[in-house]
Amino acid sequence: MSCTPPSDSAPSTTAPTAATVHTLPEHILEILSDSGEGAQKCGQSFGAVSAKMGNGAWTVEIIPAEIQPPPRTPEGASGVRIRIGTDEVTNWGNRTKLVIAFNEQVLLSRHRVQALADDAIILIENMWETHADANIRQAWADAFAELSTANYRFIQVPMEEECLKIVDNPRRGKNMFALGLMSWIYHRDVEKVKDQIAMQFRHKPKEVYERNVRLLEAGIAWAQTHLDFRFDIPTGDVSEDLVVMNGNTALAMGAVMSGLELCSMYPITPATSVSHYLSSIFDDMGGVVHQAEDEIAAIGVAIGASYAGKVAFTVTSGPGMALKTEFIGLAVMSETPLVIVDVQRGGPSTGLPTKVEQSDLLSTLFASPGDSPKVVLAPSTIEECFHCMITARQIAETFRAVVVVLSDANLATGQQPFSRPKLQANWHALEPNLGPVKDGHQPFGWDAETGLSQRIVPGRLGGQYTATGLAHNEDSHVSYDPYNNQRTSAMRSRKLAVLQSTLEPPRVVGPESNDLLLVGWGSTRGAIEEAAEKARAEGLGVSSTHLTFLSPLQPGLKEIFSRFQHVMTVEINYSDEADDPYINEENRRRGQLSWLLRATTLVDVDCWTRVLGQPLSPGDILQVIKKKLS
Amino acid sequence: MSSTCSLLGCETLDNRNFSLEDYGGPTPRWCPGCGDHAILTAVQRLLATEQLKPETTVFVSGIGCSSRFPHYVETYGFHGIHGRALPLATGIKLARPELDVFVVMGDGDCCSIGAGHWVHAIRYNLNLTVMLLDNNIYGLTKKQTSPTTPQGFKSNTQPRGSYLPPINPLQTTLGITNASFVAQTADWMPSHLAATLEAAHAHQGLSFVRILQRCPVFTPDIFTEAVKNPQITDVLVHPQGIEDPTSAGIYKSQITHDPSDIHEARRLAEACDRVRVGLFFRNESFPRYEVLRTVPKRTVEEKINLLNKEFDRYAI
Repeated sequence: MSCTPPSDSAPSTTAPTAATVHTLPEHILEILSDSGEGAQKCGQSFGAVSAKMGNGAWTVEIIPAEIQPPPRTPEGASGVRIRIGTDEVTNWGNRTKLVIAFNEQVLLSRHRVQALADDAIILIENMWETHADANIRQAWADAFAELSTANYRFIQVPMEEECLKIVDNPRRGKNMFALGLMSWIYHRDVEKVKDQIAMQFRHKPKEVYERNVRLLEAGIAWAQTHLDFRFDIPTGDVSEDLVVMNGNTALAMGAVMSGLELCSMYPITPATSVSHYLSSIFDDMGGVVHQAEDEIAAIGVAIGASYAGKVAFTVTSGPGMALKTEFIGLAVMSETPLVIVDVQRGGPSTGLPTKVEQSDLLSTLFASPGDSPKVVLAPSTIEECFHCMITARQIAETFRAVVVVLSDANLATGQQPFSRPKLQANWHALEPNLGPVKDGHQPFGWDAETGLSQRIVPGRLGGQYTATGLAHNEDSHVSYDPYNNQRTSAMRSRKLAVLQSTLEPPRVVGPESNDLLLVGWGSTRGAIEEAAEKARAEGLGVSSTHLTFLSPLQPGLKEIFSRFQHVMTVEINYSDEADDPYINEENRRRGQLSWLLRATTLVDVDCWTRVLGQPLSPGDILQVIKKKLS
Repeated sequence: MSSTCSLLGCETLDNRNFSLEDYGGPTPRWCPGCGDHAILTAVQRLLATEQLKPETTVFVSGIGCSSRFPHYVETYGFHGIHGRALPLATGIKLARPELDVFVVMGDGDCCSIGAGHWVHAIRYNLNLTVMLLDNNIYGLTKKQTSPTTPQGFKSNTQPRGSYLPPINPLQTTLGITNASFVAQTADWMPSHLAATLEAAHAHQGLSFVRILQRCPVFTPDIFTEAVKNPQITDVLVHPQGIEDPTSAGIYKSQITHDPSDIHEARRLAEACDRVRVGLFFRNESFPRYEVLRTVPKRTVEEKINLLNKEFDRYAI
């Protein structure tokens, strides 16, 4: 129901006779506030509780770039989308069905990007309509005129008024009241919600917990009295141990388990929270987070530590990667094992610091002077964020290589339940060999076939050598010999081919041969697979595959592609549209993976990409599939 | 450790006696007359005097003439990239505090492209012996103005003469919080150089030693007066300073300076037409980063237990 002024609002103070319960396989909700009002905390708690109850869940944060943007502005909207389902949820879905908004301006921001379903239910704070400030009243009226183009059902909620009964400053409490509303609407287990609150405030005095619980209960009571609907999203079987966390936490835990003992970093969004979490646990686990003076020093310290025998890692985002490129070259040339995590964000330059993009693939592959072969892999789920750190550390050491893990802002802040890893001692790095060096063991004793060699760390008797970024021979002596340079370049490159020989071809989801193959990498996996599945259900011949390794590419791609009429990548980076002005087959700049796949397979790989600063929606991908096959 | 070692027959290792030659690498490729030769010899003498084990000693450098240094010392080394010796050394020392780490930089390395690291490394105050080999010019890339090039000096990039007064590395260092050892010496004062390096190496914390270094090819005249005329040199002396009785007969201008006095140190470091060598400042009580960042050594099993507790917090 549209409303200017909102009409379905002003709920009566008498309780509805009974709320209608809608049982659904899944639902998408959002909570939106000004920055600092706690919508993100509230939404993440809701997502965690849902996962703990056995629902599939995926959360995506809506983050303004500023810490304290002006209140009541669309640009300042801060919040979370939560998609919950009976089965596993792998992406943020399409349109939001229920919104809790703390003001009409933050709601507008989501309305304008068509994030909301046409029939979405919107619970909105009602204090602004009758606010003392005429400008605010006018803004409210203008907003509702704009919102009236959709068929939203508005329910006005006196959040401030209700919270003031419990706290003096409702800015610090509304989110718990909202959590109460959501908990009642979605039948959340209140004890689990309270546990979540207890965990959130575990470092605060008990009164803080108790006050927040009172706010929660007030929200539940209000909802119970005034709402005529509830949603039931049945929980699935929880037959195995699950954990729920975001991707940056998973990366940090993976780093600890892999035996990485030094994280050398410089603050950058959206990567920094890896180090926040790690800083809270690492010291006790025998590790150090070193906050360096800049991005360059951050990688330099990691390389120094690794040279000295402790495999280290650095964590950054695109602009930091740009600054690190010279040092990456040194690590490649000196064959110093190194793990770099790049949590990608929108670019170029400062770009969209808090938003997702997959635009660092080609710069990661090719930045750094000269030929600097390195390993690049991309986790596609929160679970893979944990495990890929172990893989990355192992490869870095075995191959004396730089391994770049390309995560992104979507994985960084998104929460998803996954199988609790059964931690194994052999995932952990071994202590470096500090024994005397055997005669004939050279610091770069490359195996002529594989390019592999065994590094020597300082402290080993008889192993003295000087690592260098200059061209060098087996003894690490500077060498300007032309044939030496050709040969050693081959040795460094060969390692990638050797690694590739140990990899499996990617799995094709859907029929092994078909009309269209979608190819993705990184966090888009869930959206792509869901879209392809829906398309198949509608009778379309679509399969998908997802690449974990981008360098070296997994084997067998050309053969897989040959079984499909069309191959198309789906990515969150920029590409020209084929029918844009001036764009033709030759000058079209394509999605980064498609560029790479065309070069390596000589297959005419098309692409569909977007840089909207948000995850891809399965619905949008479905439309692309239909268009491609029409 | 020691008992295991003797069982393995390593006992003799600890009785090794290192001569100067034991630290000698390949013949340096520096130009004849380059001050780096004298500094290399002084450093090798220090290694022999202190009997530092080649396998636990690491030389780290950036890029430039002087940064070839690690290649010429028979220890471990890391010849890095321009301006970044200090981050590499920081990583090495953080990972392996037991290693004896020396850093060799030129004036371009330390005061220009790597200046940011210089400021912060001083503040970290890791136990490193840091040498700034300052020849007032870019040598390897053939005579470009460096931050320490005297004003008016003509180079290939500033052929009408350097526009600005040079940076003062001593004053800069002395202005940084937590600077714990700041000294200056010169390649042409061998006994003073040796005594300074010895004191720097003995210091617990980051010892910053600026070594005035002649470049016979590009800045042949910059230090001529200082070399020829000992009267323009002031030697800072003090019982807690650097002891160099050998050169006292030549360098008669001796200034008694208490190295615990930071204000006087800063004043003495001010630019003037004198060459001042000696220990400007030392304080071993300042916090050292690698000490502050010492963490318990955990076994893999302990880590798995701790990590499982973390997973419990996120368990469903």
